[in-house]
Amino acid sequence: MSDALSELLATRDWLLADGATGTNLFNMGLSSGDAPEFWNVDHPDRIRALYKGAVDAGSDIFLTNSFGGNASRLKLHDAAHRAHELSRISAELGRDVADASGRKVVVAGSVGPTGEIMGAVGTLSHESAVEMFEETAQGLKDGGADVLWVETISAPEEFRAAAEAFANVGMPWCGTMSFDTAGRTMMGVTSQDFVGLVDELPNPPLAFGANCGVGASDLMRTVLGFTATGTERPVIAKGNAGIPRYEDGHIHYNGTPELMAQYACLARDAGAKIIGGCCGTMPEHLSAMRAALETQPREPRPTLEQVAEVLGGFSSDNDGTGDMSDAPKRERRGRRRS
Amino acid sequence: MSDEEDDIILSELDDDELVEQMFDDLYDGMKDEIVEGVNILLERGWQPYDILTKALVGGMTVVGNDFRDGILFVPEVLLAANAMKGGMGILKPLLAETGAPTIGKMVIGTVKGDIHDIGKNLVAMMMEGAGFEVIDLGINNPVENYIDKAAAEKADIIGMSALLTTTMPYMKVVIDTMKEQGIRDDYVVLVGGAPLNEEFGKAIGADAYCRDAAVAVETAKSLMARRHNQAGMA
Repeated sequence: MSDALSELLATRDWLLADGATGTNLFNMGLSSGDAPEFWNVDHPDRIRALYKGAVDAGSDIFLTNSFGGNASRLKLHDAAHRAHELSRISAELGRDVADASGRKVVVAGSVGPTGEIMGAVGTLSHESAVEMFEETAQGLKDGGADVLWVETISAPEEFRAAAEAFANVGMPWCGTMSFDTAGRTMMGVTSQDFVGLVDELPNPPLAFGANCGVGASDLMRTVLGFTATGTERPVIAKGNAGIPRYEDGHIHYNGTPELMAQYACLARDAGAKIIGGCCGTMPEHLSAMRAALETQPREPRPTLEQVAEVLGGFSSDNDGTGDMSDAPKRERRGRRRS
Repeated sequence: MSDEEDDIILSELDDDELVEQMFDDLYDGMKDEIVEGVNILLERGWQPYDILTKALVGGMTVVGNDFRDGILFVPEVLLAANAMKGGMGILKPLLAETGAPTIGKMVIGTVKGDIHDIGKNLVAMMMEGAGFEVIDLGINNPVENYIDKAAAEKADIIGMSALLTTTMPYMKVVIDTMKEQGIRDDYVVLVGGAPLNEEFGKAIGADAYCRDAAVAVETAKSLMARRHNQAGMA
């Protein structure tokens, strides 16, 4: 229990995580298609500015610029061999910013998906995935990250591989999946499935939850699904600032700081303990979220109707949980042994 | 799972039962059984094109519908597509020999600046599953890749994918270039990717935005049918 995140979790009612990495970096001039992780070396000042933006807006936790810092993603930029280096430096820069903040701020080493498909018809084996995650994790550890933080995962196999890698490097960790397909992950995992998956791990995370996905309302439905199971493990909510809209050749997220402030309080009231944003969430959103969490009194657990009323409707009628967990199954003919 | 583990011998089923069983086997991603089923139908004198459309495409339509309706998810669809591929391995050379009509040809790729490909791969697999011929351009494609390849392959459809909000505007660059060259209407243009929506598809002048791989297949089929009708009337 000596890590920085466990200490904060033990003493605080809620923690504010950070917002977008990509959206912020694109605003600083990153070209689409370039690997953001290169900036850890090429533009460390901008990465410090990214981190500082979140810290100054009141984040207690921020994620490092290492989302694509695994061999599989970096390979696409001919930089597979730089996974450890780029991850380590992302954490070193984070350490500097956190230590200079004058308060306890957690540096969470971001670990993103490999982008490969695992499982029966996949191309990536469990062993290779563990090896890749371990390389990134070791870099983040060497750079001084307080915890590891795997995010935007859709496949249970990949989540387990990351957990195993984190055990191998001996670091506390958090993990979030992305529920973007009819309330489930792309691979069909429901919020309830994920609670079961997390509980069965030999080295369970300090906290688990959802990030990215569709909009803030869908993410809230997922959070309500987690907490409905009665799980005691801290829940993370990191939703997008609304939904991207195309206007005059540019992309805007339609979530205003006011909306994200309401989302933050709803997430807290739904039982989430670590609350932040994802794509489109800028420092001004984080400031509004922090102010709301500090000033708005806790309300009863919101219903789905209340969530929809405040944040907008859901992308699908149901999310495969509750009454729908034994929903439509196809009539089977007689089976056959081969 | 059913408890009645009736042993079914594929070769003892009549044609209708066998096709129905193949639907189930595709649904369950049973590759060996699909290969066996295709071979039995060939032995019974079925035309390769009929096997493709009635048994395989028929079965994949069920898979596609359940994927669209949130009953099946990506892992099951990948298994089904893999089983379909087993059957196609046998049929493809035979189809080429018999000069059977193709359902349509698609050039697909992730746009310039974007290196994400899971969604695009899934669409390619489902389109193949539906009997389309698919030419996969891979990731990070500049406008020339789409236009040159579509022309060289005499494609019917150009499909573009993007996962990033920063790369999706490039789709408009491709469509605008096609307009400048006066070839926009030679192709059906389909777009897809997580941050897109219908409004965006319309705004950039695509024929359709496809929410997922199943919708892509359905949309491609209906737009191809419309094109054929128009060609017939002309």
